Amino acid sequence: MSIRERLSGNEAVAYAMKQINPDVMGAFPITPSTEIPQYFAQYVANGEVDTEFVTVESEHSSMSTCIGAAAAGARAITATSSCGLALMWELLYVASSYRLPITLALVTRALTGPININNDHSDAMGARDAGWIQLFAENNQEAYDNYIQAMPISENPDVRLPIMVCQDGFITSHAVENIELEEDALVKQFVGEYHPENYLLKHENPLAVGPYGISPYYMEAKKAQAEAMKRAKQVILDVGKRFGDQTGRYYGFFEAYRMEDAETAVVLIGSSAGTARATVDHLRAQGRRVGMVKVRVFRPFPFDEIAQALSGCKAVAILDKAESFSAAGGPLFAETRSAMYDLDNRPKAVNFVYGLGGRDFRIEDCTEIFDALDEIVATGETGEVYRHIGQRE
Amino acid sequence: MIHANEINEQSKWYELTPGCEIYEPGTAVLTKTGEWRTTTPHWDPSKCKQCLLCAPYCPDSAIPVKAGKRTDFDFDHCKGCGICYKVCPFQAISFGKEGE
Amino acid sequence: MAYSLKEQLSKEERFVPGHRLCAGCGAGIAVRGVLRALEPEDKAVITNATGCLEVSSFLYPYTAWQDSYIHCAFENAAATCGGVEAAYNVLKRKGKVQDNYKFITFGGDGGTYDIGFQSLSGAMERGHDMVYVCYDNEAYMNTGIQRSSSTPRFADATTTPVGTASYGKTQNKKDLTEIMAAHNIPYAAQTTFIGNFRDLHEKAHKAIYTPGACFLNVMAPCPRGWRFQAQDLAQICRLAVDTCVWPLYEVMEGEWHLTYMPKKKLPVEEFMSMQGRFKHCFKPGNEWMIEQAQQYVDERWEKLLAKCR
Repeated sequence: MSIRERLSGNEAVAYAMKQINPDVMGAFPITPSTEIPQYFAQYVANGEVDTEFVTVESEHSSMSTCIGAAAAGARAITATSSCGLALMWELLYVASSYRLPITLALVTRALTGPININNDHSDAMGARDAGWIQLFAENNQEAYDNYIQAMPISENPDVRLPIMVCQDGFITSHAVENIELEEDALVKQFVGEYHPENYLLKHENPLAVGPYGISPYYMEAKKAQAEAMKRAKQVILDVGKRFGDQTGRYYGFFEAYRMEDAETAVVLIGSSAGTARATVDHLRAQGRRVGMVKVRVFRPFPFDEIAQALSGCKAVAILDKAESFSAAGGPLFAETRSAMYDLDNRPKAVNFVYGLGGRDFRIEDCTEIFDALDEIVATGETGEVYRHIGQRE
Repeated sequence: MIHANEINEQSKWYELTPGCEIYEPGTAVLTKTGEWRTTTPHWDPSKCKQCLLCAPYCPDSAIPVKAGKRTDFDFDHCKGCGICYKVCPFQAISFGKEGE
Repeated sequence: MAYSLKEQLSKEERFVPGHRLCAGCGAGIAVRGVLRALEPEDKAVITNATGCLEVSSFLYPYTAWQDSYIHCAFENAAATCGGVEAAYNVLKRKGKVQDNYKFITFGGDGGTYDIGFQSLSGAMERGHDMVYVCYDNEAYMNTGIQRSSSTPRFADATTTPVGTASYGKTQNKKDLTEIMAAHNIPYAAQTTFIGNFRDLHEKAHKAIYTPGACFLNVMAPCPRGWRFQAQDLAQICRLAVDTCVWPLYEVMEGEWHLTYMPKKKLPVEEFMSMQGRFKHCFKPGNEWMIEQAQQYVDERWEKLLAKCR
């Protein structure tokens, strides 16, 4: 039986952590993820978990702690945001290339310059090529559900990759909403015990981790890692199905909302989906055939599936809550437009960068985007492909 | 499990260990670093007093000690640095070009 | 129990030959010496900072380590070791690990005095049951002899080259052992390769078997970087100690102990004259360099003696 509660996103993730009772947590505060290690510290202080809670002196050391602990055979977790993730950058690649299934709760926030504590996806998108699986949540419920699915995905022997469970800073992490929690027993049974085949503390044989890989081996090692990421796709679907069978809440790569006969659609990630969904409903009520694709899994990127979901559209707006300074559009745009390239009748595609550093994304903004798509459909001209919305002109 | 002696520069990507881990101790012995040597130590057992001062100074663990006594050099791995030659108090180790 | 070199050398070697360290490398000698202090019944996990030792001792698929080993990055060996130790504590508590393990980290001076300093300080402050061993060869040797904060004044390094407007490194060597002692850890010591290795062995044993975070600084000369004949390594170490350039001491629970008093304190130029990195100090007109080097060593030595009284 699910338990009805009211929790913030940070509380929900900390609660999932408590239910899982991991072995080691590297803990370092950074807004807006600070509450996660703070809540967890209280669980430790109350004797509610068995976790070794390592209060390190930096995010760099919290990821290093996780790498050491995971290689030693422990289930290792951490949480961070923004500059904290940026400081871990080098080690994100180490964790994935060592094939260590570490779980990182990322509470997304803008990167500094100027310093800003509010939400966008610059941190997560900066780590998109680091070899981590990335799941994104729209709200506290999805943050909780994604967290419970994270370890069964990343620890699967066919995968063995670290995983980032992302939610939007403040908007999701600090907003208290209704949530359905699962019983401890169900969570423990669903997540299961961690049994790596080899680990540093194994009795039968030693393990050596982290060699110097000369050119004759490096390329092969990367190919093996790339194949593991490909295999993660099916595992993500299997785990999402199993989770749904037990909780009634099913998960795939993305949510296609009112896409069946949609002529235009927005593609986006995270909490802005609520705004987009309301806009779609509003415009549908006016008879406009609009829809939304909310991406849950950004790594591995569901190329074929997203292309299929958008194949019936005439024009699509891809919304990036991150700049990539390519001078040609953001990362979700680049991936999505590339995915649609092989469609026989590919839709026109336009990019909107929005919501940076906590800038509001309102129904009026989303409506303006659908209006722009209608204009593209009407004229057959995409016009400016790389656009920003929400800033003062 | 894949063993180190099965891995070489012709191995396919799926023939390497995941994460480039190695599951065995001390596989470096397979590398014969003795090939690097340009100058070679020579041990004279008749002069050797078995004080063993030479052995801990060897960076290459190439002076085997068995049953409390040193034996001849592990020439598969000795790189010929000459530290042992200088630390021997009894001139029981000479040092020169191969064959000298 | 009295120290016996013969007994110690009769233990199974835990650092096997076939690694690719240079001929005559001090790092290999340091590692062997430290690992001999492990009791044979204990297992160990070795953590290693990026550096000469790491790229030479675990070149895929060849590990020189008999024990479990992890290299993560240049600047985080201490934190990585802390993670392993944390995992051990919880898995041991849960009955998932039966063996007894010791946790030993090796880093060069670059990875310890400089880029890994924060990680080291954090791990020592948290008090992980581990020993951090710095093999100090006084420069970034793996990348080609660039100066570190451990490089002594006047040394000719590739980023402090001697030229018409430069006499080499301008700053004195950072005193890391003293800084680690100031963390109030249960055991901090410095040593090098002397005689029958008793000093190194006893300090390594204390560092490994004293509960809590311990630090061991081992001067490990680099023939290539210091520019001396590899075969003279033992003599270089002896002169470092007898000139008091590298005094042997330990700090146990805040108590300072000198572990070696030179019979006759030798002039520092005897240590410097054997090394190419100080060659310019011996040119006519540069006598002041040796004088100042001597003055610095003397000051440090007197301060150390005062602490050890």
